[in-house]
Amino acid sequence: MNNSWGWLKSGLILGTVFLLAVALVKPIGVSTQYVIADCFIFCKLNPDLAKETIDAEGNKTYSSSNAYLNKSNGKYAKNSLNISNYGFVFVIAMFLGGFVASKLGGPKVEKEEAWIPHVWRENLGSSWTKRMVGAFASGFFILVGSRLAGGCTSGHMMSGMMQTSLSGYLFAAGVFAIAVPVAIIVFKKK
Amino acid sequence: MNYTNIILALVVGGLFGAVLHKVQATNPNKIVGFLRLTDLHLAKVILFAIGFSSLLLFILMAVNVIPTSHIHVKSAYVGVIVGGAIFGIGFGLGGYCPGTTIAALGSGRKDSLFMILGGLVGAWFYVLIYGWLQENMDFLYAKIAGGKVSLAVTGNESVPALIDGVNGAVVAGIIAILFMAGAYMLPNKLRN
Repeated sequence: MNNSWGWLKSGLILGTVFLLAVALVKPIGVSTQYVIADCFIFCKLNPDLAKETIDAEGNKTYSSSNAYLNKSNGKYAKNSLNISNYGFVFVIAMFLGGFVASKLGGPKVEKEEAWIPHVWRENLGSSWTKRMVGAFASGFFILVGSRLAGGCTSGHMMSGMMQTSLSGYLFAAGVFAIAVPVAIIVFKKK
Repeated sequence: MNYTNIILALVVGGLFGAVLHKVQATNPNKIVGFLRLTDLHLAKVILFAIGFSSLLLFILMAVNVIPTSHIHVKSAYVGVIVGGAIFGIGFGLGGYCPGTTIAALGSGRKDSLFMILGGLVGAWFYVLIYGWLQENMDFLYAKIAGGKVSLAVTGNESVPALIDGVNGAVVAGIIAILFMAGAYMLPNKLRN
């Protein structure tokens, strides 16, 4: 049973997962967790980046010396100090889900695909360094863009359009206006 | 720590990661094929998933099964479009999203490590320049149509609807059917 699903089955099941998330907790979102992971690391080096203070009534409040981490009453600082929170555990679980799905039923990732995807190899060659630099640069742009936009494919595009959020449609328009020409120019061959 | 939340995160996150892999969203060849318009499998999947989940969401909110407090509409501002475009550069080049790359790493795609590393650096870069952007490029944060708005009435009072005065489930239902019909009618490829 080493096969993936057709588009209809895929769409039904993927849609059900997004619905399940809203029904049980809240809409799925991922890109914020990159900030939380960063802050988890850098806040150890510079404690001013995430501070917990307990006020006279015993309530915990959070703040940061950085304007972004301090946003919305220091919610990013709070979550990075309390790393075993819903959003971060969710992302770790996604890794495990990908692992289990590839082992049980597949599709398995072929050996020659493990570092360099076929379409990259066909168009840009089999240099390991080139692909890793490309992947790093791609990750950089994707997360700068996601943070400026306030969400990514899951938060803005899927969860957003599912709720008919104006922001979801705007994000999708921005993404595809650039991603389609970039992919067509960079990858000429299948 | 709230254990119910942790268990929910493990279940829903695990399911999401596994499903991303099964629908082949973790495969950069499929993402690039979608963006090059030569393999529209993922376009059909995403369109259908959005339409289907939206239809059920608005029906289940209308019959009070899903509380409208679970609605989280993000703000619309100029940076959403600009950020989307910057995202598009990386998306077209690498073939991963912030979420799919994590499930892809689990599935054995090791170039995801570098994508995630680049993402961590990119996210931190934004954290560092945010204060400067707010002062010097404040047009990026100019709200569009009021910011936190939806097209259809959600029933959540903190989210105004652009199409007000019409039943939200009807508006969302029409949009949802358009998405699902789009998925059905879209050919398998637009280019060779």
